[in-house]
Amino acid sequence: MHDLAVQGGQLLLVLLMAPLLTGFVRKVKARLLQRQGASIIQPYRDLARLLQKDVVLADNASWLFRLAPYLIFAATWVAASLVPTFATSLLFNWTADLIAIAALLGSVRFFLALAGLDVGTSFGGIGSSREMMIASLAEPAILMIVFTLALVAKSTQLSTISEVMLSAHVGLRISLGLVLVGLIIVAIAENARIPVDNPATHLELTMVHEAMILEYSGRHLAVIELAASLKLLLYVSLIACIFVPWGLVGAEAGLGSAAYVVKLAVGGAMLALFETLTAKMRVFRVPVFLGAALMLGLLGTLLLFVSRGL
Amino acid sequence: MDGLDFDIAHLFAGSLVLVSFMMLYQDRLYALLNVFALHSIVLAFSVGWQAHIQDAPQLYITTAIAFVFKGIVIPVALHRIIQRLGIHREIETVIGIGPTMVLGIGFVALSLAVMLRVTAEADRLAREDVALALSVVLLGLLMMVTRRNAVSQVVGFMSTENGLILAATGAKGMPFVVEMSVAFSVLVAFVVIGIFLFRIRERFDTVDAQALDRFRRTQE
Repeated sequence: MHDLAVQGGQLLLVLLMAPLLTGFVRKVKARLLQRQGASIIQPYRDLARLLQKDVVLADNASWLFRLAPYLIFAATWVAASLVPTFATSLLFNWTADLIAIAALLGSVRFFLALAGLDVGTSFGGIGSSREMMIASLAEPAILMIVFTLALVAKSTQLSTISEVMLSAHVGLRISLGLVLVGLIIVAIAENARIPVDNPATHLELTMVHEAMILEYSGRHLAVIELAASLKLLLYVSLIACIFVPWGLVGAEAGLGSAAYVVKLAVGGAMLALFETLTAKMRVFRVPVFLGAALMLGLLGTLLLFVSRGL
Repeated sequence: MDGLDFDIAHLFAGSLVLVSFMMLYQDRLYALLNVFALHSIVLAFSVGWQAHIQDAPQLYITTAIAFVFKGIVIPVALHRIIQRLGIHREIETVIGIGPTMVLGIGFVALSLAVMLRVTAEADRLAREDVALALSVVLLGLLMMVTRRNAVSQVVGFMSTENGLILAATGAKGMPFVVEMSVAFSVLVAFVVIGIFLFRIRERFDTVDAQALDRFRRTQE
């Protein structure tokens, strides 16, 4: 019963916190650029506004185009609620597997790319093909990262990994450092942040994520925007849950949620700082950038073989 | 041996392999020299830690040599050479950076597979050090093969030598005579290579090693 309550609470928590995190990152970025910036709750207002508007559909949009936003949203929401945020005793702990989460995110990307292609505009096509190019490197990278973590923790379940990471048994391992950097690179690419993609632009030649959703409007766009926020929250919680599990394992929910809010704030502020300090990359540099993540994952796995305890 | 001691030794040796990959990733000469300096400094830390856990004070001298000569003197001198020669600062590679990285990962896997099998009986620390040192050596050789510019080939040579020192320190300390002679031979090699670079430059107006091949072909 307790597990069910925790799981339900988490489902609602991630949904409510996701736009707040996006708003917070935007606010910190604006302040770093010496601008006033929009209010931190602006994403909620945007969502409310979009939900009230009518949907404008292209004449040749198929059923897939109308269905895809909901599929994207549902899969992202499930994935985000599987990652332990404030407590590890979740009802669906047995499914909170890193490979399952990677698969859910993979199907999200698949539907998004299909929706981008569906209407047949050239921007959608560009966006989808670039997204697939990024994915073809990001997915092997994340699998190598999962593999390394699984070798250390002897499990791919997130709650078990958190517990192992918190125990003294894990020691000082360079592989984990490599994996952390790799995961951050993948997270930046997957969330369409600078330097891979710019989330605040509609400049046609450089965009990836925005190009795919260019044809969406009204509630469809609202749902997709919410899914994008959820994905950002998911990656921040994932990194927090694996690499900084303090306050997560064995603590009661109150302390856990306080720690979670602090972790989200720190993660969001660091992301904003990084985005302010770096410049957007050329699209053809992106494979090298993501290739580095793949290489770090591979190297992390290889170095484990000469480390202690394997 | 304490687990933490081993972990720290592993951390430094693993970082050395990582920095070798960072050298393969660079596409500017100055950045390459900075990463090479980092490579030598990581080596110095690694050797220093080995000296500490093996109680081998002679290794501290190796540490000092690695830090002062290879971490500071040689990179600064190479900086000067690049400035003096006024050469192109972009690194021209024979094959792209991506395939080079993949090859590099293959070499690391190969050296681990070979070394872990060959040294099954040996001490755990020595095994790990020798396996990672072989990877660093192979990555240095890979760098020499895939770069056209003579300066980056020199850097590849120096990083290969760093790998050899790592291997030697892992094997329960290296006789001091050997260490001194290796250090001096590297310095001599550096001087010779420096003169060589100037000579190539004087004659062919470039330090691109391919120019030598072209020249030989026209002679035949």
